[in-house]
Amino acid sequence: MTRSLTVLATGPLTTVQDTGRPGQGALGVGRSGACDRAAAALANRLLGNDPGAAVLEVTLGGLALRADAELLVVTTGARCAGSPAHNAPVRLPAGAELRLGLPPAGLRTYVGVRGGIAVEPVLGSRATDLLAGLGPPVLSVGDVLPVGEGTGAMPGVDLAPVADPADGEVTVRVLPGPRADWFAEDAVAALTGTAWTVTDESNRIGLRLAGEPLARIRTGELASEGMVRGALQVPPSGLPVLFLADAPVTGGYPVLAYVADPDVDRCGQLRPGQSLRFRTGG
Amino acid sequence: MRVLPSGSTALLVELDSLDEVLGLYAALTDDPPEGVVDVVPAARTVLLVTDPSVTDPGAVADAVRRTRPRGDVGGRGELVELPVVYDGEDLADVATHLGVDPDEVVRRHTGTEWTVAFCGFAPGFGYCVPDGQPWAIPRRETPRTRVPPGAVALAGEFSGVYPRESPGGWQLIGRTDVAVFDLAREPAALLRPGARVRFVGTT
Repeated sequence: MTRSLTVLATGPLTTVQDTGRPGQGALGVGRSGACDRAAAALANRLLGNDPGAAVLEVTLGGLALRADAELLVVTTGARCAGSPAHNAPVRLPAGAELRLGLPPAGLRTYVGVRGGIAVEPVLGSRATDLLAGLGPPVLSVGDVLPVGEGTGAMPGVDLAPVADPADGEVTVRVLPGPRADWFAEDAVAALTGTAWTVTDESNRIGLRLAGEPLARIRTGELASEGMVRGALQVPPSGLPVLFLADAPVTGGYPVLAYVADPDVDRCGQLRPGQSLRFRTGG
Repeated sequence: MRVLPSGSTALLVELDSLDEVLGLYAALTDDPPEGVVDVVPAARTVLLVTDPSVTDPGAVADAVRRTRPRGDVGGRGELVELPVVYDGEDLADVATHLGVDPDEVVRRHTGTEWTVAFCGFAPGFGYCVPDGQPWAIPRRETPRTRVPPGAVALAGEFSGVYPRESPGGWQLIGRTDVAVFDLAREPAALLRPGARVRFVGTT
């Protein structure tokens, strides 16, 4: 029997993701990869997969899959109603279905399968970069996803006791960015002194935040410069954009601050309408 | 050289000129500091991205300050020849801006060798600078929503080729049939930092 998964429903957006394409920024190719890297890594760990194995990133539930052979699967990240395998792998017999309902909290659920999703890599990665248009296509109903052979040893645990994503206000740490001198002296205090709301224009590229606009003191043009996930870029509107997995390689608006790298994963679980606060300190 | 912070995993090195960027980028890619996973040149900066499990930006900053930029980067990359049909919609506007006729724009564009300084905007979009007289071409006041792949364009001090259809605000002077970014080719990107480019007029 072919080891594969057939897609019966996709929900609003499901993509294939892995650890992305490091080291190709000089060619204009961004890193991409899972938005919540810790959750994706946990899925692979629980399955005995290589850390670079590809998983599915499900946005706000709604994914349904049929196993075309007996497969070991797990879900991590946002806990979807109906998942029998959350943070604890289960066997799906051939012909059995995995149907994910809505998660009550969090935005992105990772579906891992022992052996990994084995679609063709593009430039060394199976991640779908929605900004650059690289990697496997977004999942569609009827897709048949090949699954690799699981060869690694299974871990000694069958359940990971990790907290679910928060459904209320989230606070993350910020560190200095390169262009703080483009802003009023109290701009970081203004950033950390108020709550920001995640708007519905947010996606894998970044979170667009609503709140009290930050004041810039320089108005000239900045030559585009390199940046990475976690950058808080401030366009002329004064409303920051927090870049996530599919961040552009370079940007032309000043970056005031960066969210501490480990905390960016939690930002990838924020839903439109949710409240985000920043505090200084590493 | 000024080393600017970029969060917990990266740092941004700011330089005074594109030549300094090219020199530092060449030195850093020849001998990358330990734990650096990506080096991204731009017009006046070089971004270094670290693997936080191996190193931290402080250690990399020290290594960068000890790095001697290479002074011999001009004209050492591989040469890419791009045949161009010079029938772009903005060729006349560019000629007017320069106070010359369109044939003279073509003569200047084909008459110098260009070097890819850095990539950005889209995978495989190389920002090319001329070896000779610098250019200074304003962007279009209204960007196009659709620029076709292969469009050869000018903006600011740069020339470039659109790797695929996209929006764009550069002035279009021609088109090439050569795919500058092709996933079926190894390497996919033709115009990599350091490569030399010669545009060749064709019909």
